[in-house]
Parts: sequence; structure tokens; C-alpha cells
Amino acid sequence: DDKEEDENEEEGSCSQQNRASRRKNYQRTNSDGKKAGEEGSRQREKGKKAPTKDQKESENKGRKTNKKEKEGENKQKTDRKNSTSSASSNSSDEESLSEEELAMLMEQVEQKKKLISTMRNKPWRMAKKLSVLREAQAFVEKFEGALGKGKGKKLYAYKMMMAKKWVKFKRDFDNFKTQCIPWEMKIKEVESHFGSSVASYFIFLRWMYGVNLVLFGLIFGLVIIPEVLMGMPYGSMPRKTVPRSEQATAMDFSVLWDFEGYIKYSALFYGYYNNQRTIGWLKYRLPMAYFMVGVSVFGYSLMVVIRSMARNANESTADGDDDHFVFSWKMFTSWDYLIGNPETADNKFASITTSFKESIVDEQESNKDENIHLRRFLRVLANVLIICCLCGSGYLIYFVVKRSQTFSKMQNVGWYERNEVEIVMSLLGMFCPPLFETIAALENYHPRIGLKWQLGRIFALFLGNLYTFLLALMDDVNEKLAEEDVVKNITRWTLLGHHNSSTENGSAVTPPPLDPADVPRGPCWETTVGIEFVRLTVSDILVTYITILVGDFIRACFVRFVNYCWCWDLEAGFPSYAEFDISGNVLGLVFNQGMIWMGSFYAPGLVGINVLRLLTSMYFQCWAVMSSNVPHERVFKASKSNNFYMGLLLLILFLSLLPVAYTIMSLPPSFDCGPFSGKKRMYEVIQETIELDFPLFVAKIFSYVANPGLIIPAILLMVLAIYYLNAVSEAYQRANAELKKKMQMQREEEKNKRNNKASTNPMLQDLEDLFTPSTKNESDSKQAEDKKTESPNKTSPVGKQGKAPVLPGSPMTGGRGAAFTPPPHVLMTQPPILGVRPPYLGQPRPRGLPVVPVPGRGRGQPRY
Amino acid sequence: VYRLHGRYHEMAPNVVPMDYTKDPDVKLPMQLIINMPELKENPFRERIVESFSEDGEGSLSFNDFVDMFSVLSEMAPRELKAIYAFKIYDFNTDNFICKSDLEKTLNKLTREELTAEEITLVCEKVIEEADMDGDGKLGFADFENMISKAPDFLSTFHIRI
Repeated sequence: DDKEEDENEEEGSCSQQNRASRRKNYQRTNSDGKKAGEEGSRQREKGKKAPTKDQKESENKGRKTNKKEKEGENKQKTDRKNSTSSASSNSSDEESLSEEELAMLMEQVEQKKKLISTMRNKPWRMAKKLSVLREAQAFVEKFEGALGKGKGKKLYAYKMMMAKKWVKFKRDFDNFKTQCIPWEMKIKEVESHFGSSVASYFIFLRWMYGVNLVLFGLIFGLVIIPEVLMGMPYGSMPRKTVPRSEQATAMDFSVLWDFEGYIKYSALFYGYYNNQRTIGWLKYRLPMAYFMVGVSVFGYSLMVVIRSMARNANESTADGDDDHFVFSWKMFTSWDYLIGNPETADNKFASITTSFKESIVDEQESNKDENIHLRRFLRVLANVLIICCLCGSGYLIYFVVKRSQTFSKMQNVGWYERNEVEIVMSLLGMFCPPLFETIAALENYHPRIGLKWQLGRIFALFLGNLYTFLLALMDDVNEKLAEEDVVKNITRWTLLGHHNSSTENGSAVTPPPLDPADVPRGPCWETTVGIEFVRLTVSDILVTYITILVGDFIRACFVRFVNYCWCWDLEAGFPSYAEFDISGNVLGLVFNQGMIWMGSFYAPGLVGINVLRLLTSMYFQCWAVMSSNVPHERVFKASKSNNFYMGLLLLILFLSLLPVAYTIMSLPPSFDCGPFSGKKRMYEVIQETIELDFPLFVAKIFSYVANPGLIIPAILLMVLAIYYLNAVSEAYQRANAELKKKMQMQREEEKNKRNNKASTNPMLQDLEDLFTPSTKNESDSKQAEDKKTESPNKTSPVGKQGKAPVLPGSPMTGGRGAAFTPPPHVLMTQPPILGVRPPYLGQPRPRGLPVVPVPGRGRGQPRY
Repeated sequence: VYRLHGRYHEMAPNVVPMDYTKDPDVKLPMQLIINMPELKENPFRERIVESFSEDGEGSLSFNDFVDMFSVLSEMAPRELKAIYAFKIYDFNTDNFICKSDLEKTLNKLTREELTAEEITLVCEKVIEEADMDGDGKLGFADFENMISKAPDFLSTFHIRI
């Protein structure tokens, strides 16, 4: 690098001088028009240089004895001398040189400078470079002085230095940025061992973590912390107090584990929040904030998902003609020459091998074709089977949820009955994917497509389960709502009764406040729903981790250590090591995220739990993968963009938005818990805020905007815009495809042209070769022709004889290009070839004749 | 350059003189060069050194040494790198990358973990993809055409020292 910098600096200073001198020259002569012709005249220049070089060499010898590592100093020295010595020579030169000579000199100097600046790009040996460089430098140095002094050299050098520093800084900054990406090394390591598809899962996980972190910040910063800091403390009002009947067991672990007791009445759940319009000295409007955060969680997620989808789509279209040189690039550019660490090198070797295998699999897949009918039948069969499975699991869940509602009405139910729903769902999630995988084996898709199908199916399973779960929950909620009405009355009555009794007892005394724990309260369905989601999430986490621990780690340990004393080879045989199940894991993640989105409105703490989960699972799964999984037998490459995952995520986001929106818009909130208690619908909080906190005209505007007469046209407009944009993008796509096709055609054409050239060139050569000796043979062939003409009716044998000396090496009759290689003189040395020919003689060969005279005529018709 | 010289010197302190003012003619054998940490893990280290050495045997004079690292530096232009990359991958130095060269490259890249069929398949694919003139091997024009479109050639083909 140092060297380069040296050179650079020098170039810089040189060109600076150069410019200055040129300027001067302009003033003097204005005869600069020849510059354009310079390029071509380099060779000539060399000849001219020769004499001057010698002079220079001798001049500079004193200074230039140093070798290249001294060059840096040298240059400075020479620069300095330049200014001094040239000044002296300057005067004499200037007088003696005429204008034209000066122009010539100028040209030469320019030339040299160009040479110096492009020196580095020439594939010469260093020794040659050095000598040429030195020569050129000396030349420039000598005559630069004659033409003018470098001005502003210092400024220029300073500028150069700054530019270099800036570049370096940018590079460092980039390095820093890549270092800041969390888990990059871990993921790369996994990638090198397991291929890009497994790594894509981890990248997805990381992305998910980022999104959740933002959501977590939003919810904690705007809802939970204000409530904890400024809201009324625990125990101040009924909704923030554990009821009397539960207080005895509220701290028990088993109760807490079910998210009852103290946890239920904490800021983690909807029910804890108060419906006070403003809290604290900041007049923080908590209900409003709660509502807005709930909405913006969805808004933000939607935005992020769509944006990353769009970016992925852009990326995938950006590198369009990637697929021409897949193998070549892999072959020649995959090794990173920077690698100097044995471990990294190992990884790199592994990853290169994997990537080769991936492409080989791709290639083989594309070349395969088999019995289509059988395969179609199998695919249909597989789909039918899978649909059966889906329906079965959906019904099972519905059944279980229904049953659990009856259980919940009974008093003393066991642990199993209470957790039946979660257990059944987890079991389904555990056993259905492998079942699908077995069924999918029937279909025999390419692994990448197979993965998509598999994902789609599991997704359908999860979705079905989730929605049956939701429906059952909705039933539950409706029941609770009915119950609530009853409780409302009771509460009023008790309060009234309390009042009455107190007023009866002591007339003047204000009634002693009822202890908040004693107030009868409604079931608060929002909290119930929230608890349900939290439980589901937690049980999901546990099941995932336990599966990994048992299914992968214990199995791996068992296989590894029991293998020494077992009757068959465990590693190769039945249990073997587990593979990393990408589809299951991705789906688990997506599904989990859906639950988070749905549940976060009812249980703000859920996002926090999820962040913890993602964080641990990153480390845990990385570890599990590296320690106890084996790479897939059929390694395959992840599709370029993980838009498929994103699509799933978007779908589930939308689907989880639906129930939340439904509850917000059309279910009445519970009357005695949560930030929206006392309102008919949750969204009324917005209207309230607008009416009370904003000036009147805003409310007016709002009411206009909310008018259906305005909303419907707006929606129509949007639909039209979407339609238009869609049409435009389609047109672009078509144009793109067309262009690509054209390029492809052009390539082919070029290839063909080159092919032709390549094949015609040697042909011509050969013909020329043929030509010269054939003139010698002219007489022979003439004779032959003569003979032929003499006896045209004497059919082939004669003709053959006549041709024999002319075309000895003529397997040419076959028209092979290869036949060109034996040029005519071979015929002199190898007449015996004739002996081979006779077998043909018997057969009257029509083709034989036209070929014969070819060299005789002296013109090789390129019929081959 | 100083740093380079330092490295060069340190590989064989007894052979290489500290100052080059007297222009000595010293060469280092390949064995020493390829044990540099920068090259030690490189599967093509022998080829790299060979293609930069003036005598083709793998021993480098200091000039060659500087040459090598200037080509492999970040500042070197793409064309120059392509020329030397071609030299490196051309194992039998016949100015074409032919099948045997490709096979060698592949074996070095994957530590011979691919089966024979896979190797032949890959080699055939490479030739099919990159061979523009249809002569069954890659000339420099083919190679340059291919490499100039490769996205990460520049980023991978350099050594920082």
C-alpha cells in the first residue's frame, strides 16, 4: 500500500506541475492542438526518447542509485532539486528552444506523465516497471523545469492527503457498521456449515428481533412506564387489587404460573389500566395513548413488513442476468484471498463445497424428467391427505376448546383439564409438520419448492388452529359479556346497599370507604383474552425449547455416546442426528409473531416476553444447530429473497389485525376494568379527545372527514390508483423481459459469430497452406484432371487414382474441420494412405468426385 | 514498501540484506513465501507465487514480491487483477484454462470433497457458460468477459498486508 501511496503522491504532484506548465504554455504558444493525436504516437515516442534517456540517466545517476524502497525520499529529493536545478537550466533552455520544439517537448512530457499514471495498470514485471518509471520520471523532471514551476503544490498535496484520509475513514466506518450488526459472525458460521437456507432462518429471526424491539420500546415507553410512574398505585381501586377471595393464594407459584393472582392485576394486562382521562402532572392522556399505541403497533409492523418486501423485490430484480455464469463465478471468485485464519478457511472450504453442491442439485433438478402422470396422481393424493389432516386438527381444537369451557365452569378440575387446549395445540404443532413432510415425500418436488409447499401447509394448519381458538374464545367473550351485565347490576346494588347502610347507621358521617378488594367485579374479558394469549405464548416457548433439547440435543448425545456399544451404527442408521427443520421453525416464528400482534392489545407485557424469547432462542438455537444437528442430505440454496417468509408474515399480520379491529370497533369494553371502561366502544376515546382537547374546528374537520360520503370516494380512488400502478408495473416487467430476451439473443449471436470466425480463421489458414503446396502440385493435379477428362466414362477407379496424389489426407470427404490439420505436404510423406482407400473404390461414390479436384482447382470451396 | 520489505526481510533474515542500495540479486524460494500467514490458508498459494515469479519456479525476488502485493492490493484495477487471476488459474501455463485446470481449481476449492461426476459436471458447466468461442477451453478473452461481470471478484481477489 505504501508504495501505491507514494506513487500516487508523486502522480499528484507531477500532474499538478504538468497542469501549471500547460497553462503557461497556453499563454505562450496556443499551439496545443496536437494533443488528440498523442495516443497513437506512443511507440514513436519511445524511439525519440532513446537519446534523451541516456543523457538523463547519466545526469541522474548520482541521485538514483538508491533502490525502490528509497523511492519515496528520492522523489521528494528530486522534487526539491527540480525546483533548484531546473531553475538554472531553465534560463538557458528557454532561450535556446524555439516555440515548436517547446510544443514537442510538451507533448512528450504529457506522454510520460500519462505513462507514469497508468504504470500501475500495466501487467509488467516490477523490474521493467521500475526502469520505465524512473526513466519517465527523470524525463518529466528535466523538462518540467523548462516549462514552468509547479505552483500550489502544497495545497494540492494537502488535498490529496485529505481525500485519502476520507477514503480510509469511510472504509473504517463501513467495517464498524458491519461489526455492529448483531450475530453476524454466528450466522455466517452457521451458514458455512449448513448452507444458506438455514442461515436465512436465522437472518429472519434477527430481523424479527429488531421489529419486536421497536414494538417493545413503543409499548413500554408510552404505556407501561407512564402508568407505573404516574398512574394510581396498586390497591387504590378495585381494578388494581386482587379480590378478597383470591388473596390467600395470589402469591402461590402455581397460580402465578397460570398468570392469575398478582400478575393478573398488574400493568402487564389490560385490566389494570384506569379510565382516568389524564394522569400525573404531565396530564398524560393514558387511554388515548393506549389506543394509539395499539393501533401504531399494527401500523408500524405493516409498514416494516411491506417495506422490506419491496426492498427484497427490488434486489431480486436488480441483479437480473445473474444466471449466466453461476458456476464460473463460483469457481473463480468464491475464494476470499483475505482469509488468513485456519478456522475461517475451514469454514470457507465447507461453504464453498456446500454452495457447489447446491448448484449441482439445482442443475440436476432442472435436467430431470420422469413419469408425469404418476407424479401428478401422487401430488393430488398428497394434497387430499393433507386437507384431511387440516380439517381433523381444526375440529379437534374446536372440540377441545368447547370442552375446556365446560371444564372452566366446574370447580375442581385437574391440571390436565385446565391446560388441555395448550397441550393439544402444542402436540398438533409438534406432530403435524413431520406428518406433512412424510406425505410431501410422495410429491418429490425440488427441495426449494417442497419447502414452500410445506410452509404453506403448516401455515394453514396453524392458522386453522388459531382461528378455531379465536372463535372459541369469542364464544367465551360473549358469555362473559352476558355475565357482565348481571355483575354490573350486582355491583350497583352492593354499592347502593353499602351507601344505604352507612347512611342509615350514621347520618352525618361519610360512608367508610369500601375496601377495593371487596368490591364485586365483572369478569373483564379483555384480561382473560390477554391471559389466554400469554399462556399460549409461554407454552409455545417451552414446547419449542423442550423439543430442541430432547429431540435434538439428547438424541445427538445418545447417538454420539451410545454408539460405542450398540449393535448397529446409530449415526448412520435409524436414529442418527436430527436435521434442522427450517419450515417448522420459520412457521413457529411467524405464528408466534401473529399471536404477539393479536395479544399485545390485551396484554401489553406480551411483547416484552416475546423479546426475551427471541433473544434466548437466537443463542439457544444457534448452539443447538451447531452442536447437535447435521446438515441436510440435500443441501439447497435459499431463494434469493426471503419474500416468501415476509408474505406469510404479512398474511398473518392482516389476519391478526382482524379480530383486534373487530373488538375495538364493535364489542363493548368491560365496564370496570381497562382504560376504556365506561365507554360504549373503544374507539370513542378518539372522539372524546378531539372534542375536549382540540379546538372546535378540528372536531368539525374530523367529522367531515369521517363522513362516509368522503371515505367511499377516497377508497375508490385508492383502488383505481392501485389498479393503475399495477398496470404500469406490469408493462415495465414485460418491457424488461423483452429487453432481457434481446440481450440473450445478442449474446447468442455474438457467440455464433465468434464461433464462425474461430472456425473460419483456421480454415482460411489451412486453405492458404493448401494453396502454396498445391501450386507445386498443380502439374500433378492437372495431369489428373487431364486423365479424368480423357476418360470420363471410365467411372470412379480412374478418378480415384488421379486424385490419390492430390488428396492423400482426405478424410476430408467426411467434411470434418479436423481434416484441415493435415496440410498438403503430409501427402508427400504418406502416400500409403492410398492403400486404405481401395475398399471404397468398389462402391461408386458420388461424393468422391466433387472433392477430388478441390486442391487441383487451387480453391478450397468451403463446403465443410 | 517499507512494510513489505520488512516482511520480506523477516522471512529470511540471513539472506535478505536490510538495505537495497547495492542492488543485490536475492531470491526467496517458494517454501518461505507460501508460509506467510496471508497466504498460508490460500488453496492457490503455490500458483500465486509461481505466476508472480520471474523464472516460473516460484522463487521471488523482492521486485516480484512487491509486484505480487501491488496486484493483490485494493488499488489495482480490475483488468490487471483479471490478468493475474487468469495466470493463477491456468495451472499448466498454456495460456488457456482447460478442463484439467478447472478440475484442479475445483479440487483445491473443495478439498476434494466432490465426487468425480460432480466435478466433471461442474467443469462442463463452467466451460459451457463462459466459453464464447467454442473451443472447449477458456482463453483470456472468455475469462475476462466472465470475470468482469462477476460481482465480488474485486472484493475477494485482494490481500491486505
